[in-house]
This record gives sequence, C-alpha cells and structure tokens, in this order.
Amino acid sequence: MPSVNMNRLFYILILLMSPLQGHSTLLEVGSDKDFRTIMEAVGLAGKGDTILIHSGLYREGSIDIRTPMVILGIDDPVIDGESTYEIMRIYADSVTVKGITFKDVGISYVEDRSAIRLIKSKHSVVESNKLVNAFFGIYLEHCRDILVRDNTIQGNARMESNSGNAIHLWYCKEIQIEGNYAEGHRDGIYLEFVDNSVVKDNTIKNNLRYGLHFMFSDNDLYLNNRFEHNGAGVAVMFSKYIQMEQNDFINNWGSSAYGLLLKEITDSEISNNRFTRNTTGIYAEGVNRTNIHHNDFSRNGWALNILGSCSDINVHGNNFLYNSFDVSTNSSRNYNTYDGNFWSDNTNAYDLDRDGVSDVPYRPVKLFSYMIGYMQSSTILMRSLLVDLVNYAEKVAPVITPHNLIDNKPLMRRIEHDRDSGIK
Amino acid sequence: MRKFIKYSFSDLVRSYWTIIYFLFFAIISSAILYFSADMTKSIVSIMNVVIVLIPLVSIIFSTIYYYNSREFTELLLAQPIKRSSLILGQYTGLALSLSLSFLAGVSIPFIAGGILASEHFLDFLLILLAGTCLSFSMSAIAYMTALRHENKILGFGISLFIWFFLAVLYDGLIMLLLVLFREYPTNSLAIVMTLLNPIDLSRVSIMLGLDISALMGYTGAVFLKFFGTMRGLPISLLSMLLWILVPAYFMVRIANKKDF
Repeated sequence: MPSVNMNRLFYILILLMSPLQGHSTLLEVGSDKDFRTIMEAVGLAGKGDTILIHSGLYREGSIDIRTPMVILGIDDPVIDGESTYEIMRIYADSVTVKGITFKDVGISYVEDRSAIRLIKSKHSVVESNKLVNAFFGIYLEHCRDILVRDNTIQGNARMESNSGNAIHLWYCKEIQIEGNYAEGHRDGIYLEFVDNSVVKDNTIKNNLRYGLHFMFSDNDLYLNNRFEHNGAGVAVMFSKYIQMEQNDFINNWGSSAYGLLLKEITDSEISNNRFTRNTTGIYAEGVNRTNIHHNDFSRNGWALNILGSCSDINVHGNNFLYNSFDVSTNSSRNYNTYDGNFWSDNTNAYDLDRDGVSDVPYRPVKLFSYMIGYMQSSTILMRSLLVDLVNYAEKVAPVITPHNLIDNKPLMRRIEHDRDSGIK
Repeated sequence: MRKFIKYSFSDLVRSYWTIIYFLFFAIISSAILYFSADMTKSIVSIMNVVIVLIPLVSIIFSTIYYYNSREFTELLLAQPIKRSSLILGQYTGLALSLSLSFLAGVSIPFIAGGILASEHFLDFLLILLAGTCLSFSMSAIAYMTALRHENKILGFGISLFIWFFLAVLYDGLIMLLLVLFREYPTNSLAIVMTLLNPIDLSRVSIMLGLDISALMGYTGAVFLKFFGTMRGLPISLLSMLLWILVPAYFMVRIANKKDF
C-alpha cells in the first residue's frame, strides 16, 4: 500500500473520533455564578466537562458523580458533610477532583462513610484536596489506575472503634499514593487486596493504630515515607513481593508498637530505611526469603525481633547503633543470616588484616533479651552488672541463644549509606 | 563538728589518693569521650563506671582512711570533744572529698566534650547526683563497719562483701524472686526491691533516660511511670537519703558505745 492511503486513513480516523471528544464545557458554581449548587452543575455536566467550584461553603448532602469530568476548586471552596453525610461518591472513570476542602463527614457504625469515595473507577485523580474531620478520608474500592496526590487529611480520632482510615483502599490495582499528609485517623493508609501500587513520599503521623497497614497486597512499593508517633507503627501482613525503601520510622512507642510489623511476608526487600527510637524496629513473624539491608537502626528498644517462624531472612549491611537490644528471638534455632553488619555494641572487634571486617565473629543476641521475654518484670535489671556477667557467659558458651545466630563478618566501621541517619 | 569536717576535708583533698581518684575519673571520662564518638554511648559507659566503681572505691577508701587515722582519732578523743561530732565530721569530710574528686573528674571532660548542649544533659546531671549519693552512702556503710570491727581484715572483708552483695548478688536475688513468682504480677515487687538497694536505685534512675524506647514496651512502662514521674521521685530520693542517714546514725551509735 502506498503511504498516501495510510495518511488518508489516519484523517478519517481523526474525523470519526471527534464527536467522541465533544466540546468540553465549563460549568461554574458559586454564589454569583450560573450554578448555585454543585449538584445542579454535576447533573447537567456531560462527558469531559469541567466544573469550577468557587470559594464558599456548600451543604448539599451526598454528591454522586456518574460521568467522567473534572471538578476544580477555585480559592478553596468548602464542602460540608454536616457530620451526617458521605460527601462525594464517584462511580465514573476519569474523574479529577482537585483543590477542594471537605469537612465533617458523618460517623456511622454501619457504613464506612468517607469524604471522597471512588467506586469501580479507573484513571481518576484526587489531588491537592484538604480533608478535615473526615470519618474515612479517601476511600477507593474496586478501582484501577488512580492517582491520590498531595492531599492533606486531618482527623481527630480518639478511639479505634469509632474512627476510620485516612486513605482506604480495597480491591484496587495500580494505585499511586504520593505526597499526602495524614494525621489523626485509625490507620494512616490502609490497603487490602491492593496490587502493583506505589506509596511514595507521604507523611503519616499520630494515628491511633498503624501509620500504614497492608493486608493481602502483593507487588507493591513503599518509598520514602515518614511514619512518626503512630499508635503501632507500620504493619505489613500476608503479602508478597513488597519493596520497602527509604522510609523513616520514628518514635513509635508502646507495648505493641513496632516500627515495622511483618507477618506472613515472603520475597520482600527492606532497604535504606531508618528506624529511630521505636520500641521495636522490625518485628517479624512468619517471614520468608526477605532481604533486610542498608538500614539504620538507632536507639530502638529492640532493633530486630525475629521470631522462630522466620526463615531465609538475610540481614546484611545494616548499622545497629545504640539499641537497647540489637536482635532478639524466641527460638533456639536460627534459619536466617546476619553477616556483614555494623554493631555499635561489638566491643570485642579487632581487625589485624585491616580489611574493615572484624577478625572475630559477633553474636548479636543477648541472653537477657530472652530473660525479658520469659519474665517481663526483669526489665528492671537492665544494665546491671549481673546481667552483663550473664550475657558474657552466654556469649562465650551459648546454651540458650541460637549458636549459629552469628555475624561472621561484623564490620569495623559504620556504613555510610546514601542517606545518613544524622545520629552521630 | 564543722571544724572536724574542715580538717578532715583539707587533709584528704591534699592527699595523694584523692588526686589519684580525681585523675582516674578525669582520664576514664576523657578516654570514653575520645573513643566513642556518640554521646549516648559515653553516657552508658560512664554510668557503668559510676554504679560499679564508685561504691567499691568509696568503701575501700573509707575503710583504709578509718583504720589509718585510728590513732589520731584516739588522740583527739582524749580531748574534751563529743565523739559524735568527731566521727561525723571525719565521715562528712571524707565523703565530701570523694564526691568532689568524682564530680570534678567527670564534669571537666564531659563539659569540654559538649555535654551542656547535648540531649543527654539531664541524664548526666542524674549520674552526677547518683554518684554523689552513692559516695555518701557507701562511705557511711564502710565507716560504720570499720568502727564496729577492730580487726582490719574482718572490717575490710565485711565492707567488700556488702559491696559485692549490693552490686551483684542482690540483682541475682531479684532475678530469683522474679523467676519464683513468675505466675504472679511481680512489677511492684521489682520496684520495691529496687528501692531497697542504693546501687540498683541509681542504675534504674539513670537507665530510664537511656532505654526509654525499650521501656515503653512491655512492663517497662510501669517502671517508667513510677521512677520517671513526680510520684516516684520523692520516694526514690527519700530511699537514697535513708541509705545515707541510717548508716550515719548507726555510725554515731557504735562510736558512742565503743571502747576505744
């Protein structure tokens, strides 16, 4: 075929498609505009139209969106749920919601009311919105290819039983959650059955339960997030192929508080994170084939608590700095490797051949950490001379601690990662 | 009594051993600061030195001092002075000089090392307080024991045993009790046992600042609540004070009855 015909075909195609694109109309909502209420504008909007919501307070119950459209807030309009309603429900694909403040979603014990709910939506964007005092914040169910970016979600949850999650995903795929700020909810970000998604650059603070909570979600990446002062840190459960990189886990304190709680995780990668001042840095239960490398664990109560149900965890190239306990476990057997880390407690290290690796191996597990597990009130004996003696005796001739839980190549100097922990 | 304190203090401050004690702390603190770049690590190390070595040195030094100055004491007692003020004066001068060596020896390197601007400044103050209290209480115990026993070896032995008991065996006893009563809530037992031992009390008070993250978990929170808040503080201080006052009282009683 000559190329001329191809060109003609192309123009015909363009012509055929033009009615589909239609005209994008601009519908303006405001006290002195064409539409007084958002509901009217939404009702009249066709496919791909843009609704501009000008500043003002809108009380319209629940707004349902069933056609693809763009909804933009101009000068910070506020949509009020009057502590009764779910505010916006999106059933259509390709909807953009941007620059709007949503406030006061009603609390319900029967349904999960939320500020913005997307149902079976694809290719939609929720961006730069402000959610104040929402029960659930942004709720995605059965969605695909959604971008949730730069939203600020501020709740005032007091009890786990009557609070919702800031960002809640259920049965979704290919979701991007980026640069959001979530505070004062039950979970900061909750993912259940969510695959191939990215959670990136979020700041998640002061939530009652977990900063981030993953259930049954595979092939996901969590990158460069900051989790601070959450009731119980971050939990990743029943998932595989998860990458956790460059996150900060800070000040997650409490009897059930973890920087990172891993339960039934396989084939995952935990690297370049910083765990600072958590009660437990990483708690691992039923974790298999997972690499933990190039992380900084500083000033945690327990840096790693790896239970006996874990195997093939490879801990290497990490810095363990001034934790009360570096590694603890409840089993006398060990199926994991701990080679090539830097341990600040390793005072016996020496390096005659000057290759940066200590000539004597190091046992990171102390007997006393077992003792605490066995009878918790013995915490009071921490740092006592007797405990040092007992630890030393166990170190010389291990009886209770796993004899092969050993770092054969402990490093002489701390590793300078790309990201410095700032702790000197 | 003030005169005795003055004499015994100025005698001791000029003595060879006090200077060595001062130098010991100065060198060890500098070494700790020099070898560990991290202030947390330095504080932990100096804490270990304080809670183990201060009691030991205080006990040995006080015992030696009493036995050495025994003849001079006898001579003084021939004068018309009160026994209690002589003994208490000697003891106070001794404890003061020990504390001063410790305070100066530790403070100078640490202040030069930048403790004032560090987040551990409060922990450091607590270490200074604990060290001073331990100096006072342990030298009181040693002085009392030495007064009680004319036989030097026996006096020494008993003092050393008291140190060994308080520093090591007592913790073993706590551990044993906690194991025996494992089926019961033993938090209060652990707290009470800690209050009854000055070395443990110092250790726990300092530890609270250092291992706060670990203590927030498990039952540690209970201890934190007791020792780390205003409720526990007066009780801790009272217990520490009793560990100074009670041996001092017995010291005076023994001295009054003693046939020199």
